[in-house]
Amino acid sequence: MAIAKKAFVWGLFAAGGTVAAIVFPVLIVLFLLLSLGRVPEGLQFGSIHAFAQSWVGKSGLFLVLSLSLWHSAHRLRTVFHDFGVRSDALVAKAVYLAALVGTLITALFLFKM
Amino acid sequence: MSRRPYIRPVSKTTWYFRSGRYKRYILREITCLLVGLYCVLTIRALAALAAGPEGWNVFLSAQRSPGLAGLHAVMLVYFLVYMTFDWFKLAPKAMPVQLGEKKLPDRAIVIAHYGLWILVSLMLFRLLGVI
Repeated sequence: MAIAKKAFVWGLFAAGGTVAAIVFPVLIVLFLLLSLGRVPEGLQFGSIHAFAQSWVGKSGLFLVLSLSLWHSAHRLRTVFHDFGVRSDALVAKAVYLAALVGTLITALFLFKM
Repeated sequence: MSRRPYIRPVSKTTWYFRSGRYKRYILREITCLLVGLYCVLTIRALAALAAGPEGWNVFLSAQRSPGLAGLHAVMLVYFLVYMTFDWFKLAPKAMPVQLGEKKLPDRAIVIAHYGLWILVSLMLFRLLGVI
């Protein structure tokens, strides 16, 4: 892989990792609260829908999800190698495609909001 | 050169059990599964939200479960230990900051990450009415 391309791939991985490291604990706490039946005010339909409809909300959700998906895909690629799967070209195609599909689905739902 | 060099047999699939350092590495790397999982859960939440108030309320009641609560709690601790804290610890190694001749000390980068994390978390919890 050319160095410039490598730097780009790694840059997205690093950005996604930083975003995930910072935001995902909050996300998991929110899922934990929902599982306990405690719905915070900001997650009632009216407020969270208004947030997801605003441009700030849309771009925030899109950035967090797309970068995190990319981070996850890139790391999963090396994890496959670590677990003994040596067909990297195929693995790379599969994981990056999955991240791309996730990103497109996210964009679609945000667009439909 | 010897014609039959001795090659230490190393398992391709279970090599990380050989040392604590490798175990920590693999425990850290598989956090990508958690990132992927919570991305999928969040995208599902977005789908429900886009479906309108009824879809959203169905989603909310489907989330309510003691089993899921236990799972999320375990995931939270695992994610904090092996993703968030490890990521912050490694940040100065992966992204050193050069200031002219000198390097920004590692501790400053780590502290900045923790500071940002606490700030963003408090802001999000405040915004969502959790605190």
